[in-house]
Amino acid sequence: MAQILVEDITKTFKVSKRKEGLLNAFLSVFRREYTTIKALDSISFKIDEGELVGYIGPNGAGKSTTIKILSGILVPDSGDCRVLGRIPWKERIEHVRDVGVVFGQRTQLWWDLPVIESFELLKDIYKIKENEYKRALEELIEVLNIKSFLDIPVRQLSLGQRMRCELVASLIHSPSILFLDEPTIGLDAVSKLAIREFIKRINVEKGTTIILTTHDMDDIESLCSRIIIIGSGKILYDGTIEGLREKVSKDRILIIDIEDGKDLNLRLDGIKSVNNENSRWYITFDPEKISPSELIFKITNAYNVKDLFVENPPIEEIIAKFYLEQKI
Amino acid sequence: MLDDVRLYFRYIGISIKSQLQYKTSFILLTIGNFLLTFMDFVGIIFLFERFGSLKGWRLEELALFYGIIHTSFAISEAFSRGFDIFDRLVRNGNFDRILLRPRSPILQILGIDFQLMRWGRFLQGFVVLIYGLIHLGVMLDIFKILFLVSVIIGGVLTFSGIFILQATLSFWSVQSLEIANSFSYGGVELASYPLSIYPKVFREIFIFIIPIAFINYFPGLMILGKEGLTEIPRLILYISPIIGSIFFYISCKIWYIGIRHYSSTGS
Amino acid sequence: MKSYLSILKIRFLMLLQYRVPAIAGIFTQFFFGFVRIMVFQAFYSNAVTVQPISLAQTVTYIWITQALFRLLPWEGDSEVQEIIKSGNLAYELVRPLDLYSLWLFRAIAQRLAPTLLRSIPLILITSLLPSGYSPELPSLSAFLSFIPTLALAFVLSATVTVLMNIFTLWTISGDGINRTIPALVLLFSGSLIPIPLFPNWMQNILKYMPFSGLLDTPVRFYTGNLPISELPPYIAIQVFWIFALIILGRSLLVIKLKSIVVQGG
Repeated sequence: MAQILVEDITKTFKVSKRKEGLLNAFLSVFRREYTTIKALDSISFKIDEGELVGYIGPNGAGKSTTIKILSGILVPDSGDCRVLGRIPWKERIEHVRDVGVVFGQRTQLWWDLPVIESFELLKDIYKIKENEYKRALEELIEVLNIKSFLDIPVRQLSLGQRMRCELVASLIHSPSILFLDEPTIGLDAVSKLAIREFIKRINVEKGTTIILTTHDMDDIESLCSRIIIIGSGKILYDGTIEGLREKVSKDRILIIDIEDGKDLNLRLDGIKSVNNENSRWYITFDPEKISPSELIFKITNAYNVKDLFVENPPIEEIIAKFYLEQKI
Repeated sequence: MLDDVRLYFRYIGISIKSQLQYKTSFILLTIGNFLLTFMDFVGIIFLFERFGSLKGWRLEELALFYGIIHTSFAISEAFSRGFDIFDRLVRNGNFDRILLRPRSPILQILGIDFQLMRWGRFLQGFVVLIYGLIHLGVMLDIFKILFLVSVIIGGVLTFSGIFILQATLSFWSVQSLEIANSFSYGGVELASYPLSIYPKVFREIFIFIIPIAFINYFPGLMILGKEGLTEIPRLILYISPIIGSIFFYISCKIWYIGIRHYSSTGS
Repeated sequence: MKSYLSILKIRFLMLLQYRVPAIAGIFTQFFFGFVRIMVFQAFYSNAVTVQPISLAQTVTYIWITQALFRLLPWEGDSEVQEIIKSGNLAYELVRPLDLYSLWLFRAIAQRLAPTLLRSIPLILITSLLPSGYSPELPSLSAFLSFIPTLALAFVLSATVTVLMNIFTLWTISGDGINRTIPALVLLFSGSLIPIPLFPNWMQNILKYMPFSGLLDTPVRFYTGNLPISELPPYIAIQVFWIFALIILGRSLLVIKLKSIVVQGG
């Protein structure tokens, strides 16, 4: 049975209208006009144990509303939701014991205190047994390599260091489900890689189910086998990245270096665009109209090619194109 | 339950540790807090110097009422700061984090920021209270001390209840909290003086709706042996500290209605 | 001069947008004013001697001080203090503006905007109260002496605000001074109880201190407690303190800026 089950969840919000003027501001304390916004419009999906799912969509699409419902802090208007067989908002306290959440933009650590103090307090909050706590902490400390700054106040940590500690804080009670909300936002390349490596590792080794929301498509590409795309409160796509490529655009890009100064002149059916950047040629083509081997054959015949390779268009482009098609 | 108490003291410990990270700043905050509240009493001394008495009340009698309310309020402010700044917790998403933890939200919010610097107002209130007791020549036997302590605890619970009610408002509108501040800070201002000096309507509001009268006025009358000044039956005067716990309990219940509202709107 | 006035204008218009806190402020000030009036009515009810200020004047005094509550220098300019604390003051020196004047004009706007937002509604609301609780209208001569003293009070308050900015440069002791100033202002400006009700010996000292010029002076002219003939000495005291605090602020700033430039920030 699916670990996370979402069926026909709908959630609307009332948003108060703001009006200009002192008098209106005064009146709005007592009386307000509202407009209704459908944040989630009958969404459904299932996630099995041990999956690592990317949950993406533009800002305001309903991502965080979904996460809030799944973690039990928001009650939907209608629909059914089971996480580990429980209705999150009905059994919130029991539910959150099995869930870890990381918000990349906010900290859950005690700002002025050494990191280790936060972990100790979380031990008491989650009522973790001493030996289990020690084991979990030691393991996380080693894997995330945070030993050297355990005694430094959180406010003095770099963003990358802090994010590693946030992960420890969210995992110290060994949850079986982990929600990650933009865990790599603002990080430098090295920290990003370390975080990604770690996410992959706990997913594989511990079998932790992970839902990852992010705007960083490299995160998605390197971590998620499955993505769910949400826009204007509706689920627009649920499947593999390859499946999305197939659906949106089958285009490939051939990248070649030819002898300096020569102009590339191609008139072939199936070629969509030819661009030159830094003396490198990017040829976008439709592989159903012209096969890669045919294209390469034709070019190598006509030019002296120094180097060449075929690429998929970056996932970012695919997603952007998808958003555009769906008009979201 | 025992676990909850233990966790609460862990929270307080961690909060104090955070504040002691900035020792000088803590000392200055305390002094500032003391001075600011002390000036308030200096003003009252001036008024007594000018007018002699306040509708029959002497300065040392007023000091009793004043001392009790400020001591209670200072302790409550130190404990319930999390509710005082609750609108901020909602706005910056920290309240979501609290809901993500498998412990009582009230416990966690109480633990969020134990404000040591409120020691300043506490000191001021306590000094005024002692001044009043000495000048009134009240003989402090063990009964009276226990009574005073329970009165102050009752006061702490009442003010904490008010803070919680204020915080409950921010589940509906983030903006209404500042307005509601009138009830806590305004309540202290009002109860700094014996309630009998106010018009009847106000007296009744602070007896029956927001039971501030039970924090200092009624107990103060008993210590002064002036129970005759109110028509409230003696029995109720004796149990005035309990009123605080009842008010606190009701406030917590209302607060949970607020949480239910929050989780259906997400604010 | 023109650029400083436009700084004042921009800042003023910006601060006028904080309306919700203004409404909250009106509620709070109304509540406090009302409680205080009841307390003073009780005090006056058993007064046997004639007081230096009548009850009706006291009621008016309380409402005007409540209305002008945000005119007082409760805090420095948080944006400027943030720049100082983050150690970025050196960058500010790059601008072709005199730092002190810039801060002074910002401070005037900082006092003007919230006071304007709160005072007019509060006076309108309180004037609807039954007599005995509502403020009296000033006589023409009272109003004419109120306007210049109020204007000077704004400037004086702004010079204190700038001083509070400057004290931030002395990290720890500055913080201490900045926490002491509001406590002194609270009592000695008349915002708690009218200065005429202070002990006589103290009134004589306070008259020459900078605090009464912040609030008590204009309010007393408004209530008619001070006649218009008293205007020259009171204005002279306000003007004296404005200049004294400007000179003090400028010299402190020059001293501190020198060491900043030498130390390289």
